[in-house]
Amino acid sequence: MSALSNPDVLDADRGTTPILSAAGVRVRFAGRGRRRAAATAVDGVNLDIAPGEILALVGESGCGKTTLARTMLGLERATQGQVLFDGKPLSYRSGALRTYRRQVQLVLQDPTGSLNPRHTVYEAVAEGVRIHRLDNEVGRVTDALSRCGMRPPERFFERYPHELSGGQRQRVVIAGALVLEPKVLVADEPVASLDASVRGEILALLLKLRDELGLAALVVTHDLGLAWNIADRLAVMYLGRIVEVGTPEQVFSQPLHPYTRALMSVLPESPIEPIVLTGEPPDATRIPAGCRFHPRCPEFASGAAAAAGVAERCANVPLPVLPASGAGSTQVSCHLAEVKLTEAG
Amino acid sequence: MALLELRDLAITYRTEEGPVPAVRGVSLTVDAGQTLGLAGESGCGKSTIAASILRLLPGSAKVTGQILFRGEDVLTMSWGKLRAVRWAGASIIFQGAMHSLNPVQRIGKQIAEPILLHTPEVTTAQASRRVAELLSQVGLPARRADSYPHELSGGQKQRVMIAMALACSPNLIVADEPTTALDVMIQAQVLTLIGDLVRETGVGMIMISHDLSVLSATCERLAVMYAGRIVEEGPAHQVFTDAKHPYAEALAWAFPVIGDSRTRLSPRGLPGDPPDPAQLPDGCTFHPRCAVAQPQCATRQVELWSAGEGRLAACVRVLPDFTDESGAKTVGAPQDQRDEAVA
Repeated sequence: MSALSNPDVLDADRGTTPILSAAGVRVRFAGRGRRRAAATAVDGVNLDIAPGEILALVGESGCGKTTLARTMLGLERATQGQVLFDGKPLSYRSGALRTYRRQVQLVLQDPTGSLNPRHTVYEAVAEGVRIHRLDNEVGRVTDALSRCGMRPPERFFERYPHELSGGQRQRVVIAGALVLEPKVLVADEPVASLDASVRGEILALLLKLRDELGLAALVVTHDLGLAWNIADRLAVMYLGRIVEVGTPEQVFSQPLHPYTRALMSVLPESPIEPIVLTGEPPDATRIPAGCRFHPRCPEFASGAAAAAGVAERCANVPLPVLPASGAGSTQVSCHLAEVKLTEAG
Repeated sequence: MALLELRDLAITYRTEEGPVPAVRGVSLTVDAGQTLGLAGESGCGKSTIAASILRLLPGSAKVTGQILFRGEDVLTMSWGKLRAVRWAGASIIFQGAMHSLNPVQRIGKQIAEPILLHTPEVTTAQASRRVAELLSQVGLPARRADSYPHELSGGQKQRVMIAMALACSPNLIVADEPTTALDVMIQAQVLTLIGDLVRETGVGMIMISHDLSVLSATCERLAVMYAGRIVEEGPAHQVFTDAKHPYAEALAWAFPVIGDSRTRLSPRGLPGDPPDPAQLPDGCTFHPRCAVAQPQCATRQVELWSAGEGRLAACVRVLPDFTDESGAKTVGAPQDQRDEAVA
């Protein structure tokens, strides 16, 4: 077991080298056909994940969160900027990528789709060990399964996915990632397709793995409750940019960005009066001028931005990309919030 | 007369491995203008109940009990009568609605279809006026009638499904997981829309979901199902915040209230898996997963019992003669619960 299981070491480690970071990452997809415009799915993102840190990346469908996660995994290449692992830029040569993917593993939303129905649990978990030609296959598989709560592991070796429940399948998928002893898990909606009662069990497993193995995680989700349940930090993404980042306590008790406030207000049981944004999330092929959120911004529409004298800026002046931050204070990308913060401070 | 009344409904699927009881004695009532939430995990029988209301179950399902729609039993209704009830009396918004639309037909035509079928005197022109009206009712521009499903986003498709369910002005709408797979903001849009419809048109509504927080925010009453039975029923918010049945409590905890320090960095789940309907445990079906199970729970099956004003729960803990046999573990507020049950 690594020294990271000690909470003091963990805290001291933060603020040193992030295990995984995005530096000015921008991902553009070329348009197809004659009139299709290029889509900028990720439009300048700085993000650091410390060793042993769980970071939740939240936002609506189409905001670029999955593209960012895929770029961090090396599945997509940044058009600009770079991904750094342990302080070193990611190399895209196939050998280097293979080594990288041992360190940074992916867990997908639907465990039924992630598992080959004709492979047993053992084969599913052992696949990574075989690809990376590691020794002690049985020992590694046994260990990974039992860490994921499949006990006794031998009992599950010969089972097929259809003989398992949804929660058990997701445990097998996580064991398949864990068997390579990665430093980071990238999980895309890890509990969205699971039953309510299983959801908490899988989230508890991610927390346990972090505590025992110092495993960092980037969890991509649209579920704010998940962030509250497990994340150390929360980054809210809107149309290719991170608009607010901070600890869940900070962000949820005092959301600074009008978009974050709207997302929180529509949750059932929310103490805030619901602010239901109309319209669909905007199109990554046509990013609005000025603040990219201003066409849907309730503060802009209600005249609150004009009253504070920033409406002109909201409509015309683009906001700078937020710098990568450690576990410091909340950062927000909003003209109005800047004015309010300056007045308050 | 209640709009819909289920009386001791039991549904068993005949399979090669033997009979599988999916619903085991469910009684429920929905009045006009009322919303009832039906919660539970996959396999608990909630979608089977939804389909049974309009007799949409496959031939392998054996149904007993009564499904009274405005006093008439759907199960024994003549075919012609049943046809009139479908769409015009009661309609269903199915789970995964976005995939239920015909991909090669314009949505206007799909919404108009039930109108033309159920009211033969309506002309095509009148039907398309009604389609425009329905689309604006669900917040879509009338020109969307000419779109194909792939041109719409997930939230828009869900609105189309709601417009379709409203097409023949039914008295009852059954919504099976209407917002699952939608984003929070789109979910909020759809739920607001559904809430407005119930208020404005006075339809009765059954909403099915596994997310208790959503049901608590949109429904007046809430029934929680486990293994084919209702284990708790009561005013939605009370069931969500102060459940009497340990299963309902676990389900409520699964979706944390943000800001509640008790759930921060401590997600709560329920160990184990829902039981196989073909091999249900003896006694209380929930006892193998229950954190506060008593020795008697392994053998004793408890019916729904009064658990406070307007509330019912099927758990030994709410019985007036209940004494804690284990004495070791306690749930949230066991003393209050018992006092209320006695009262």
